[in-house]
Amino acid sequence: MKEPVGTTGLIFNEPLLWERGAKGRSGFSLPPRDVASSHVADDLRGDGPDFPDLSELDVVRHFTRLSQWNFGVDSGMYPLGSCTMKYNPKTNERQAGLPGLAVSHPLLPQELSQGALKMMFDLQHYLAEITGLPAVTLQPAAGSQGELTGMMVINAYLQSKGEKRSKVLIPDTAHGTNPASATLCGLKSVAVKSNEQGILSTEKIAELMDEDTAGLMVTNPNTLGLFEEDIQKVTEIVHAKGGLVYGDGANMNAIMGIVDIQKLGVDVLHLNLHKTFSTPHGGGGPGSGPICVTEALEPFLPVPRVIEKDGKYLLSEDFPQSVGKLHAFYGNFGILVRAYSYILTMGADLHKASQYAVLNANYIKESLKDVYHLAYDRPCMHECVFNDKLQAAHKVTTLDIAKRLMEYGFHPPTIYFPLVVQGAIMVEPTETESKETIDAFIDTMRTIAQEARENPEQFHEAPQTTKVKRLDETAAARNPCLTG
Amino acid sequence: MMRYLPHTSDDIAAMLQKVGVDNVDALFTSIPESCRRDAPLDLPAPLSEWELNAHMSELAADMAVAPQYKVFLGAGSYDHYIPEAIKHLLMRSEVFTAYTPYQPEISQGTLQTIYEYQTLITRLLGMEVANASMYDGASGLAEALLMAIRVTRRKKVAVSTAIHPLYRRVVATYLAPTGYEVVEIPYKADGRSDLTALGNLEEFAGVALQSPNFFGCLEDLKAADELIHADKKTMMVVCFSEPLAYGLYKSPGSFNADIACGEGQSLGIPRAFGGPGLGVFAAKKKYVRSMPGRLIGQSVDKDGKRGFVLTLATREQHIRRESATSNICSNQGLCATSATMYMAILGGTGFRELAALNHDKAEYLKAELQAAGLKIAFDTPTFNEFVVQFPAGSQATYQQLLDNNFVAGLPLEPYYPELADHYLYCVTETSSKADMDALVKEIKS
Repeated sequence: MKEPVGTTGLIFNEPLLWERGAKGRSGFSLPPRDVASSHVADDLRGDGPDFPDLSELDVVRHFTRLSQWNFGVDSGMYPLGSCTMKYNPKTNERQAGLPGLAVSHPLLPQELSQGALKMMFDLQHYLAEITGLPAVTLQPAAGSQGELTGMMVINAYLQSKGEKRSKVLIPDTAHGTNPASATLCGLKSVAVKSNEQGILSTEKIAELMDEDTAGLMVTNPNTLGLFEEDIQKVTEIVHAKGGLVYGDGANMNAIMGIVDIQKLGVDVLHLNLHKTFSTPHGGGGPGSGPICVTEALEPFLPVPRVIEKDGKYLLSEDFPQSVGKLHAFYGNFGILVRAYSYILTMGADLHKASQYAVLNANYIKESLKDVYHLAYDRPCMHECVFNDKLQAAHKVTTLDIAKRLMEYGFHPPTIYFPLVVQGAIMVEPTETESKETIDAFIDTMRTIAQEARENPEQFHEAPQTTKVKRLDETAAARNPCLTG
Repeated sequence: MMRYLPHTSDDIAAMLQKVGVDNVDALFTSIPESCRRDAPLDLPAPLSEWELNAHMSELAADMAVAPQYKVFLGAGSYDHYIPEAIKHLLMRSEVFTAYTPYQPEISQGTLQTIYEYQTLITRLLGMEVANASMYDGASGLAEALLMAIRVTRRKKVAVSTAIHPLYRRVVATYLAPTGYEVVEIPYKADGRSDLTALGNLEEFAGVALQSPNFFGCLEDLKAADELIHADKKTMMVVCFSEPLAYGLYKSPGSFNADIACGEGQSLGIPRAFGGPGLGVFAAKKKYVRSMPGRLIGQSVDKDGKRGFVLTLATREQHIRRESATSNICSNQGLCATSATMYMAILGGTGFRELAALNHDKAEYLKAELQAAGLKIAFDTPTFNEFVVQFPAGSQATYQQLLDNNFVAGLPLEPYYPELADHYLYCVTETSSKADMDALVKEIKS
């Protein structure tokens, strides 16, 4: 194998913020005081927060050093399954930082915010075109809030028909947020086991679906990276009993320009703009989780909605059946700007992103399946799921493999998810990685498989080259220390 | 050639060969024909970076912002100066392009930052624990009330009408599907909430107040503490949209709040037409296991070296799938990072001075408007926002000000029909005396 990308670099130590500084310093430049001081009522006046006082350079150096302890997409390949860690284009930051978009107030009179409203209107249209579902809201602030909104829309639709249903079907391959969102809608989750091919069986759905079940929450492609081939039959069964189908669009990166979501029988789909549409993950948000719905569900979308009237863009509250509001304003607008920039840059070539994402995942699957056990040896979509079955004999686990990968300069794949695969290693390369990078990843994974056979002891000490070694998570949970 | 797609035709051929198919379409055979699109994507032709810049600049130009416009708007979204150092630090790729710190050994930057965020937030709010953040102030308030319902096992909450009207709508949306009841508390002539209207406290899981409230008025939290905690179980929820106020005024924790939550956009995050913001969420320590959202804790590594990890994950949805404390999965990591940098760069001293300046500027404009013959609607201390009452038929004045590039406050009538001709004004450190004088002059004319 060639020289690995990971090396032991120069890593600085850096204390906590309040372990630095001296009273009376500040890194902030106050504007000139051009008004007099004014009295503050004694019973309300406080002492101000006990923050450390630091210089500007103290702060700059602190956060620069901290950043160097992190691994990001810009550092190296980040094949974190189900998270679509694709490249976050720099030009999107320029666009989102334009003063008109970055500093505009959300409650400006509408005639003074036409630029933002037009952008939102056009983005809704593009997302409708990409999914095949005609109506869109951009309001949900993240995928999980999109799920919640979607389930609220389904609830409201059923209520408008005079129905109140109490259950919802959720496959065992679903994201953990699905059952939690259902609970917030007052729905009890009924788990559906996938079949031996890793997909939903029509018999199982027919057996479980009844007239007290609001519908089905389905991820397609599912979290095993497999396309639900019987999806149309499955959704027909749900619809025949008066239920609706919620689609988790977390894996949209596999099927853009290829699948028509409406044809699948999906009534509501959420999108993760921070996955499929290249907006940065920011160490865990902000994301954005728009939902796209069928015409029948449009009246129930959150308000306000952006509409066009006589060439002007308006925020309309005039949707009496709407579920209400999920965000104080219009959602994570700054993230919408980035996704919009990405869509305009890719344009009609957007389908190629999905084609290459799927090509890369299949290439990895074929290149590693002789050394790592494949949970389901079938053509995959944009991600593939291995496990540690072949390494178990040497007492090397999925966690060990993940930690060893770091030493070679790669972010580990998603591990121990989906729950249906014991010791899962879920690899999602995305379309933005080059063949050379993917080949280096494959070489590294093969080297690790060999090391597991020949020198398994070294795994338990990995990683050695990182800022810290394996941390005691049990102690952290037993005696939580959440502030300093 | 597309700069985000690196494959050459040779790469593609070699990879297809390894997979054992002839062309890219053959990778999609598991998708039935009947599930496929009828036509290719109908999207515009790809834009070059040059064309994109021109297009986006044109959209951005169609917005009213400073310096061309003088915008005296707050109402949950505030214009505070963001130091250049923060903008630069935030663009560090390792911060920006990382995800949830699932692998602590290579995520210590994110983890330590969020631990620092949690700590500084507890110091700002006078609370014991804070989570790693929620989506925004509105959904944070909804989550706080759901938490009170979980803790007390009661089914009813009370919410002051002096809380941001848009937050109250989000609360109503979150609580509707499960059928929990939301009772509204009226506000009095002085702009403060009328807690005497509450009735039987034992029914309530929690009582929520905002301070400074939507009208900018400081609530009497001392009286609220005595009244709400007369029932041992009822939780006092204090929310906010302008946390800078706690640089000058007493914190929610000093009035014994059980939960303090609100919007943290003020802390170094641009307004960005309303989002992304920062849902700040803190509570008393005894409730930590009922708290929604992610938490970072301190620990040690194998060599005994200090490090940080995601902790108490058993509350979260990837472990307790349907009985999780919330469905929230991520947080607003980057916004929490901005807030940490902002609190650090101001420091305790800078934060207090900035708060005092906001207050004093608002008091100046208040006095000037009064001198110009206008009425300040509520006689209660405020921070950097206040309500001005204009003579009847004020729309013409408001429009005339707009025509002269002044966005002179938020008309309150759409939110409070009884407050026709009332406007919510906001003044921060970015409003100069000259701007305020120009506004008053324009109003007088």
